[in-house]
Amino acid sequence: MAVQLFYFLSALAVLSALMVVFSRNPVHSVLYLILMFFCLTGHYILLNAQFLAIVNIIVYAGAIMVLFLFVIMFLNLKTDAEKGQPPLMKFIAVISGGLLLVVMVSILSKVSNMEAKKEGFDSQIGLVENLGKVLYKDYLLPFELASILFLAAMVGAVMLGKREAGERHF
Amino acid sequence: MWCIFAKTICDLDYCMILLLIKAVIILVVFGITLGVATYSTWAERKVSAYMQDRIGPMRAGWAGLLQPLADAGKMFFKEEFIPASANKWLFIAGPCLAMLAACMTSAVIPFGGEMELFGEKFLIQAVDINIGILYVFAVVALGVYGVMIGGWASNNKFSLLGAIRAASQNISYELAMGLSIIAVIMLTGSLSLNVIVDRQVQPLFGIGGMNWNVFYQPLGFIIFLTCAFAECNRTPFDLPECETELIGGYHTEYSSMKLGFYLFAEYINMFISSLVMATLYFGGYAYPFMDVVAGALGQNIAALLGFGLFIGKGLFGVFFFMWVRWTLPRFRYDQLMNLGWKSLFPLAIANVVLTGILILLFQ
Repeated sequence: MAVQLFYFLSALAVLSALMVVFSRNPVHSVLYLILMFFCLTGHYILLNAQFLAIVNIIVYAGAIMVLFLFVIMFLNLKTDAEKGQPPLMKFIAVISGGLLLVVMVSILSKVSNMEAKKEGFDSQIGLVENLGKVLYKDYLLPFELASILFLAAMVGAVMLGKREAGERHF
Repeated sequence: MWCIFAKTICDLDYCMILLLIKAVIILVVFGITLGVATYSTWAERKVSAYMQDRIGPMRAGWAGLLQPLADAGKMFFKEEFIPASANKWLFIAGPCLAMLAACMTSAVIPFGGEMELFGEKFLIQAVDINIGILYVFAVVALGVYGVMIGGWASNNKFSLLGAIRAASQNISYELAMGLSIIAVIMLTGSLSLNVIVDRQVQPLFGIGGMNWNVFYQPLGFIIFLTCAFAECNRTPFDLPECETELIGGYHTEYSSMKLGFYLFAEYINMFISSLVMATLYFGGYAYPFMDVVAGALGQNIAALLGFGLFIGKGLFGVFFFMWVRWTLPRFRYDQLMNLGWKSLFPLAIANVVLTGILILLFQ
């Protein structure tokens, strides 16, 4: 049962990720991206990581994607806006995409041991009590550093978005 | 399927009875949610009529009680209209998503205490997950998609403005709401709605079932209440459908049952958020002298009484939503944003810090 579910979710995730790229309409792309996040949430639930699953929905599907959709609705992009790309742009895009493919293939070909480590694995690690203990005991310093990084980014965003004295935007 | 899987763990009879009980609970909970939402449309008219010294609907049935059925009939038989320039699939998906998100929340709410039937002990709750409150919060966060997608797909400037207002309003008020919930979680030490209610069942000053969180979290409750109004798009925060500025806001282009679904989803959201408020702050199914009733009449009667009173708390919440709607005028949009970001958000952070300090001092 779990294996079939895994394959179903993976197929759906890959399909919707491809549709994000192939959709002509940016709003459709965002909606496919949301679908992709739901597939990832399904994977987290399969891994018994309930907290991560629900936080993934709250943060990504519930907040960040709403803001994405918000911005794209404001931009009001036309569906055929991207047709007139110059050939040089296409050439550069193909080269950089090909380079990424080369890097991915070379990394994946080195991977020999695909088995998960079974010894010392605790299936309850994804529950919120255990996750909290691990985060605040074993990984306290990286956790706090990450929060400082977020704080810096937030302050930066507020500074960029702040209205200058005497300036009016409307 | 589930039973075959569970056979190895437990006896089949045990499994069947528990499954049947859970199925009945799910159906009852769903039926109550939809029924209350249906009659909220009637109650809204009656409450508004009472406040404006009118009598409200009187023609369909006794005191207009068949009015919701008449409305539903009208909605179903009206012409299904999709604007030519609208994005057809997303236009249909909008109300569907709004309904879906509205109906999903009631799954984790504990409706009653422990009961015992046919020798099985169970809680009156559809599913008990240990991150219940986060699940509620996630579904609330998803609720805005119905409005946004519907408003954008209509291809109408007023709808788009309504959708954008809905998005920014929900994002802004979700933060304060989440922070007010965090203070409750700090008190309880668990994300499970069951444990949150269990703590409130304890006695306070010797009265069983009176240990309600609202006595510990008055500020947090007021913040949560205000945010619930904003998340449900209710007056005084119904800017997304503000008819004086935006015609009908995000549902300007909608007609027939698709409009009905949007309105119905709003009533479901009102009832569910009242239930969540009752669970978090007003003891859930706990009521004063709960232990005395359980001792005198048995655990089952006490649990059923708690179930009824919990629904009653939810209904009072719905009435409160209506009361405010017909009392307060609508906010201006900049006032809404100022209230959310400059008043409620700092207050909610202060509440979290204060709660932390008090917990440290008194433990």
